[in-house]
Amino acid sequence: MRVRLRNPDRTVEVSGPRDVSMLLQELQIVPEAVLVIRNATLLTRDETLNEDDEVEVRPVLSGGSGP
Amino acid sequence: MKCKVCRQHAVIDVRRHNAGFCRTHFLDHISNQVVRTIKEFKMFGPDDRLLVAVSGGKDSLALWDVLVDLGYDVTGFYLDLGIGGYSTRSKDACIRYADGKGAKLIVRNLRDEHGYTVPELSKLARRAPCSGCGLNKRYEFNRAALEEGFDILITGHNLDDEVATLFGNVLHWNTDMLGRQAPVLQERILTAGHGAQKVMVKKVKPLVKIAERETAAYALLKGIDYVVEECPMVEGNTQHKYKEALTLLEEASPGTKSQMYFGFLKKAAPRFAAAPEDDVELTACAGCGAVTIEVETGEPMCSFCKMKALAHRRRADSLPAPSIRKPRT
Repeated sequence: MRVRLRNPDRTVEVSGPRDVSMLLQELQIVPEAVLVIRNATLLTRDETLNEDDEVEVRPVLSGGSGP
Repeated sequence: MKCKVCRQHAVIDVRRHNAGFCRTHFLDHISNQVVRTIKEFKMFGPDDRLLVAVSGGKDSLALWDVLVDLGYDVTGFYLDLGIGGYSTRSKDACIRYADGKGAKLIVRNLRDEHGYTVPELSKLARRAPCSGCGLNKRYEFNRAALEEGFDILITGHNLDDEVATLFGNVLHWNTDMLGRQAPVLQERILTAGHGAQKVMVKKVKPLVKIAERETAAYALLKGIDYVVEECPMVEGNTQHKYKEALTLLEEASPGTKSQMYFGFLKKAAPRFAAAPEDDVELTACAGCGAVTIEVETGEPMCSFCKMKALAHRRRADSLPAPSIRKPRT
């Protein structure tokens, strides 16, 4: 599957099928720090991702001086 | 995973509540949390004129959206910080949202107001970009709220922001900051001469019960086109490192952030509220009239005016001296 990562923007290929938890574990990403999105839909950790899926792993922690 | 409310397919898990939610019930959950926070901390009422500071990011746009949908009289305020394309895209996100929602938006530009952008200020004042940026935003948000006659200034600080700030204040034992860290900062009125003048508008943070991941989910589910990219000047920012560390703890033990922050508010904040550092006399800044600390000698100047004066002095010093022509003989 194609996985889009942000900040900086890049794409990586990961084999499927696997669930969201396993994908994040492989990418060494803390699940609480991201949203996982497929076709503009949010996915929970137990959702299965297939080989031909395109997903985005979007970080949610922002820094700086606040809003 | 099933929605806690309707048992339909869940789109998000909120582990500290041990719950999953479908789209509809997650949006309700966020709106309800905001309403509970507004009531619990007596933030504002239905007749108040509200100004919400918006950055184009998920938190402030999500909060603006919740407040508009709840029927409040709320106006957005965007301050263009002059951080290249990032600021342009952030401003565009705010304008797009306002246009699409039919919401009111005020836009100001830091360079127009004070003669510098955040990157320029950082170089001139020789301080970390986030530090100068934060000071300028706080100053300009308050100034705009006062000048435009708003009752309440609202910011999109969320649970992650507040707990990271708390963590930093504890690490460094900033007792004066601990004494001031609260979801509500009351307005300040200075009495001098013949009358009283409001110098600081009441500031509130209705997202303190909501984690950053949840505001991002809300924005995505509502189709809010927020700016996902990070500010290019944020690299190495300490607050971000604290957030990463706290998120690791949250992952291992859901509810950690909420317990730390709300435990602090309930059990520890009152102990710092009367910290000796707070026991100072307040007066009006000689430069701009904002509230500042009285000084024994010289004129009182607020930190914003000091920084602005320093930046302009250094800029003037760096310019070549004007050439002096010899008079024709």
